[in-house]
Amino acid sequence: MTQLLLFNVTNGLIIGAFYVLMALGLSLILNLSSVINFAHGGFLVIGGYIAYTITPYLGFWGALLVAPPLTAIVGLVVERVLIRPLYGRDPLYSLLLTFGLAFMIEDGTRFIWGAQGKPVTIPPYLSESLSNDLFFITGYRLFMVAMVIVTVALLFVLLRYTRLGIRIRAGTLDLETVAALGINVQRLRSLNFAVGIFLAGLSGVLAAGQLGLEPTMGTGLLMPSFIAIIVGGIGSLPGTLAGGLLIGVASGLTAVFFPAASEAVIYVLMAVVLLIRPRGLFGEEGMMS
Amino acid sequence: MTSSTFNPKFNRRTLIKGAAALGTFQIASPFIIQARGETPIRIGMVDPLTGAYAAPAGNEVMGAKHAVAQINAAGGILGRQVELLIEDSANDVGTGVQKARKLIERDGVNFMIGDVNSGIAAAIAQVTAEKKVLHIVSGGHTDSITGKDCKWNVFRVCNTTRMEANSVCDVLFGKYGKKWHFITPDYAFGHTLYDACTDDLKKLGGTVTGNELTPLGTTDFSAYLIKARAANPDVMILLVQGSDMINCLKQVVQFGLNKQIHVAGTQQELESLAALPPEARIGVWMFEWYWKQPGIAGVDQFVADIRKLNNGHVPTARHWFGYVSARSFALVANQEKTVDAPKLATALEDFELPDDVKLQPNKCYYRKGDHQLMTSAFIGEAQSKGKDDPEDLFRVDEVIPGDKTAPAVSDTGCTIHWPS
Amino acid sequence: MSSAQTRNLIVLAGIWAVLLLAPYWMAPLGGYTALATRVLVLGLAAMSLNFLLGFTGVLSFGHAAWFGLGAYGAGLTLKFLALSTPLALVAGILLGGICGGLLGLLIVRRRGVYFAMVTIAFGQVFYYIAFQWSSLTGGDDGLRGFSRQPLDFGLFKIDILSEPNNFYYFVLFCFALAVGIMGFVLRSPFGRTMIAIRENERRSRFLGIPVERHIWIAFTMSCFFMGFAGALYALVNNFADPRGLHYSQSGDFVMMAVMGGMRSFWGPLLGAAVFVVLQDYLSSITVNWMSFVGLLFVLVVLFFPRGLLGFLQRSRA
Repeated sequence: MTQLLLFNVTNGLIIGAFYVLMALGLSLILNLSSVINFAHGGFLVIGGYIAYTITPYLGFWGALLVAPPLTAIVGLVVERVLIRPLYGRDPLYSLLLTFGLAFMIEDGTRFIWGAQGKPVTIPPYLSESLSNDLFFITGYRLFMVAMVIVTVALLFVLLRYTRLGIRIRAGTLDLETVAALGINVQRLRSLNFAVGIFLAGLSGVLAAGQLGLEPTMGTGLLMPSFIAIIVGGIGSLPGTLAGGLLIGVASGLTAVFFPAASEAVIYVLMAVVLLIRPRGLFGEEGMMS
Repeated sequence: MTSSTFNPKFNRRTLIKGAAALGTFQIASPFIIQARGETPIRIGMVDPLTGAYAAPAGNEVMGAKHAVAQINAAGGILGRQVELLIEDSANDVGTGVQKARKLIERDGVNFMIGDVNSGIAAAIAQVTAEKKVLHIVSGGHTDSITGKDCKWNVFRVCNTTRMEANSVCDVLFGKYGKKWHFITPDYAFGHTLYDACTDDLKKLGGTVTGNELTPLGTTDFSAYLIKARAANPDVMILLVQGSDMINCLKQVVQFGLNKQIHVAGTQQELESLAALPPEARIGVWMFEWYWKQPGIAGVDQFVADIRKLNNGHVPTARHWFGYVSARSFALVANQEKTVDAPKLATALEDFELPDDVKLQPNKCYYRKGDHQLMTSAFIGEAQSKGKDDPEDLFRVDEVIPGDKTAPAVSDTGCTIHWPS
Repeated sequence: MSSAQTRNLIVLAGIWAVLLLAPYWMAPLGGYTALATRVLVLGLAAMSLNFLLGFTGVLSFGHAAWFGLGAYGAGLTLKFLALSTPLALVAGILLGGICGGLLGLLIVRRRGVYFAMVTIAFGQVFYYIAFQWSSLTGGDDGLRGFSRQPLDFGLFKIDILSEPNNFYYFVLFCFALAVGIMGFVLRSPFGRTMIAIRENERRSRFLGIPVERHIWIAFTMSCFFMGFAGALYALVNNFADPRGLHYSQSGDFVMMAVMGGMRSFWGPLLGAAVFVVLQDYLSSITVNWMSFVGLLFVLVVLFFPRGLLGFLQRSRA
């Protein structure tokens, strides 16, 4: 029994790591610009399809390197044309616009690549399991976790030590003062959005290896990302990290004892957090009222 | 409060003018249609062209379109041309029902085909029964459509879950072993499939080591696979379909489980196998129709015709479902020389499909008692790539006729009530 | 009567004329009565949501939960309890309203995105319950096997099952009832207080208005109306399914309200009409209708944030 539990907690952490990647991108965009990006799942799908398209030319590693930046460029264009007019307005509008954008992305990918799912192959040396007993820890899943750790570390370095990062953090706390200090806030928002979409694109490339690549791939992954942010606390990136891992473990454990509820449990978790401690695990009081 | 930096080149006024022009044109168009000559025979088709089932639905529609083209080339139905009106149910029951009403009330369709989604198919069947329109369910599998909810005007082409289970269980038991572990999608289709399989397994003397009920749309099956592995079965039966099947199989192979446990299931589709990486195309399954049937009349021609419409890709069982549905209407209407629904429904009972429609070796007919097409089951094994053709992803070992796999009418729970 | 009041009356008369004569002017334009019925029901849902969103300023993104519960309430009543359409409607109203009211007690203290997310959470929990409890609700296949019953007035019966026009007028009657009550409430002192809270919650609190209690009452009322819309929807389809509870359904309602005009009473009905008719029309002529509907969402948010009615009002001013 303990082995089963241990396995499932480990498994839950692996699942959670993936949620963390998605949620961090979403969180970055939410914190600085107060934009609720319902199209985040769509950008994940775009990342996956771009990777699929360039893999025949650049291979798996090439696609991994090139697809996220390309997705980020798409994100930049979207931000400039569609999101920028919404700054300063009620977050409801960004939610609705990105909701419509998600429709367009799903239909667009179906139009370009077709409704039929696309086969995505990962390098065979990554497909090996760790051991017979730990069969569910494959090289690919370890690789995914490693990528998440590397990305989180790089994000930390970016936010702590680079000028862009410091400005983003400052902007999250007080955008007016940052503007008053002479920093180009438009550009800051654009770059922040691009970083967030980069993370979505990366999630998409990694997801394509594990899941079937098709236009509706992103919809099931969007809500858990929001829940990770809420549970961890809006406005706190470490909170998002903790939130993602927590819901991964919660979902994984529930799948053992009560599989029917394994998806519902994360909503229950969110409801409980919102009712008892709305600022989440690490959030600050009054971040988003 | 204005957003000073964003200055669109076109403004609201231009947008409105454009929209108004577009709108006027669209409102005028029904008048234009009515100006054409004699009213054609209309077949309505409702399928989820957007959403999770877009791929199989699109293929069904393609099959039906091809059938209608053939029918019209041969003179149509009762000398009148046939029009296929296609509507998207968007995988939503409300939309599906609304479109069905639209096709019947506004467009006056004589026949109805649809839906891939069983729930929507059943809801539309309620509408067609109310409106007395002949309805063939092309791709919705839930048993009740030709079971306890059967209706005089509803017929079905694709297999029932009982037929699917019965076709493959003998083979698996004999070939692989007695202890089975199930991965079942947690909704009505999955449950009935599980019940059908376990009934067969018990009759053969096997045991169920466990049943993992997975929520629809599960992306990560590891928790369930951990449990399945721990139960140490001979065979792991994957009852999941569509995206769930793709995710599950991918993970089964990545975890190396197929090296220790045999992997099998019931229904498998070419759409799913094509979406898997080659190394994940494994397992023993049943197909409802397969394109590579050397020596069977009409198949090569059908495959060649569909390849022309499908970017060179071969037809799947879904193409065949749509094709059979449309052709059935034409055959029986031309035979009876009428489009009256009750007369045609009576004629369809025990109606046998000709070679160029059934495209399989065994006798293929709509059974009288439950209106279920007695279509064959193609049992075989998935393969990563065909020897001659990159799309030959399934090796057919056996083709079992439908009336051998189908339960007796009395066991289906169907009693047909005819209108007075 | 002032000119503004006269104009309002004329507009009102115009709206009701259009609604009353819908089966007659729709057919030559390529419409069909069932479409109009659907517009009414979804329009009522959007207006119920707007009762909360536009007039109290509170966004609930899980409001479809009460809609779906209303549908199941009506369906379960017709299937298991009694073959009576009015009883089914009452059951739907009560199920949606009472559940909403009870849960509303828990969330009234939250605001903004927190409130919206909690409503999503509740909605999704109900969604999963409806999905899993398949022995009662039919699960993913949905609740079937019931249909709207003829209205029995003792002396005569009205068949609303096979006569689309009869059913349309029945729904219109229910719609009028609900909308009448809504309008009455909004014009009452309670309604004025709701608008005050929307405009400036802090100031309302300073004035001694029990804000939480008002929000809870407004929330609960809107849940009752949603339940009513949901029950009618079950009658339209003779079907109830989990998708009616899903947050994507809520998203559609919010979009209808915004598209038509959040600050106006009739705006959501217009938004629902545009959304339903456009989706119905576009999905018949192209398989890429999702792109167009998505594009519409985007354009509305960018260019018509006050909705179509808001735009019309402004251009007149």
